[in-house]
Amino acid sequence: MSAQELDINQTLDHVAQSLNTILESRNIQNPIMIGIHTGGVWVAQQLHQRLNLNEPLGTLNISFYRDDFTRIGIHPQVQPSTLPMSVDGRHIILVDDVLYTGRTIRAAFNELFDYGRPASIMLAVLVERDGRELPIQADVVGQHVSLKAGEQIKLHGPEPLTLTITQA
Amino acid sequence: MKKKNRLQLDDNGKLKHFLTIEGLNRQLLIDILDTAESFTSVAEQTIKKVPLLRGKTIVNLFFEASTRTRTTFELAAKRLSADVLNINIQASATAKGETLLDTLRNLEAMHCDMFVVRHANSGAAHFIAQHAAPHISVINAGDGQHAHPTQAMLDMFTIRRVKGEFHKLNVAIVGDVRHSRVARSQIHALSMLGVEDVRIIAPKTLLPSEPEAFGVHVYHDLREGLRDVDVVIMLRLQKERMSGASLPSEHEYFQRYGLTEEKLALAKPDVTVMHPGPINRGVEIDSVVADGPRSVILQQVSHGIAVRMAVMSMAMQSHLPEAAGGRRG
Repeated sequence: MSAQELDINQTLDHVAQSLNTILESRNIQNPIMIGIHTGGVWVAQQLHQRLNLNEPLGTLNISFYRDDFTRIGIHPQVQPSTLPMSVDGRHIILVDDVLYTGRTIRAAFNELFDYGRPASIMLAVLVERDGRELPIQADVVGQHVSLKAGEQIKLHGPEPLTLTITQA
Repeated sequence: MKKKNRLQLDDNGKLKHFLTIEGLNRQLLIDILDTAESFTSVAEQTIKKVPLLRGKTIVNLFFEASTRTRTTFELAAKRLSADVLNINIQASATAKGETLLDTLRNLEAMHCDMFVVRHANSGAAHFIAQHAAPHISVINAGDGQHAHPTQAMLDMFTIRRVKGEFHKLNVAIVGDVRHSRVARSQIHALSMLGVEDVRIIAPKTLLPSEPEAFGVHVYHDLREGLRDVDVVIMLRLQKERMSGASLPSEHEYFQRYGLTEEKLALAKPDVTVMHPGPINRGVEIDSVVADGPRSVILQQVSHGIAVRMAVMSMAMQSHLPEAAGGRRG
């Protein structure tokens, strides 16, 4: 399926439903949802509404935990992390827009553990593509997208959310 | 100006050394403020550290005593996971006759990556930046009466947090502008960020020789100068200036230039009071004002850590190998 054909609202509904199923099966009552800046926060805002969660949405800026700082440096435009509550002993739903190499998620884990010790973390992403460089898989995937080598997929938002595929 | 610029910025216009505000540009100052903003959340983490400068070694080279500046630089470096060496030069090798350049060469041989320099002579940080090995970044933590750029940037950060925009503000700097590296850097930063009305308020003996050259409005009367200001920055009156006969007495200075609630009432109702510290209570500022609701003096200290983290990480990334592309996500 190509990104142009992807109905984002429908995909978000699907992700929300799957998350609900997992939360029920694991008997998790009051999870904390955390989006990864920038696209992951937009997706998380949508899911947070759909799941009607009590806890406010948290955000993570993983810039300072990246493993490629020595190559690309830092971007001053990114907003700071905001975790409005302690993550100690809590069940976390981590949300990102695109799962690709897995390095962003690795960085997000490291940052989260500097805020405390969560009881569990599950991962939900809007889309995933091939090309993992670390053994990281999502618990819920909205849509798998096949891309050719050199193609990039990017989420635009926050309103409306659209995906574009470009040649790098 | 151009020469300073070449020294401070690399070929891509990125910060390599941070020596003075002069010769930089507005966007770079805003990048520093924005980056510092992202670093504020680190202080809220249980583990107050990010791994950005892991494995880097930062040397605090202090040729002049300092508590607040040195400790906030040290904390900033440690929160970036760098290793920190504090070297008090007065009590160190130079006392045994080693030259400054020999000290530098030795530190380079220990594979240090950054020098944070405080020195009583104007231009000392420039000198070190010129002579240090190419992979080393130099941050000026105050040189003589010349510049104290990280202090100016933490003050700009504080002003932006409290007031939002810069361009409509009236900002008054009060006190010993003549001998103040802080004031000089603040004036450059304020005008670069678009503040139209920068005032300096001081007795004639404490004004720089050509104050108009800074593009500021000069007042000798505190009450007159405070009228309708949004921000008032008090400078520390160095007590050693008293003996230099530049001033009558602490008591008289406080009468004329000390900030009191009564004088502050002439400023805008939401005026913000700042001071780079250490404060002389009852000399340039009354305790009631320093500890009052409009004072942000302690916020300035906290902001100093985030701003120094920003400057150190930005300077450190400039001499990294060119971006090799690489996949993200």
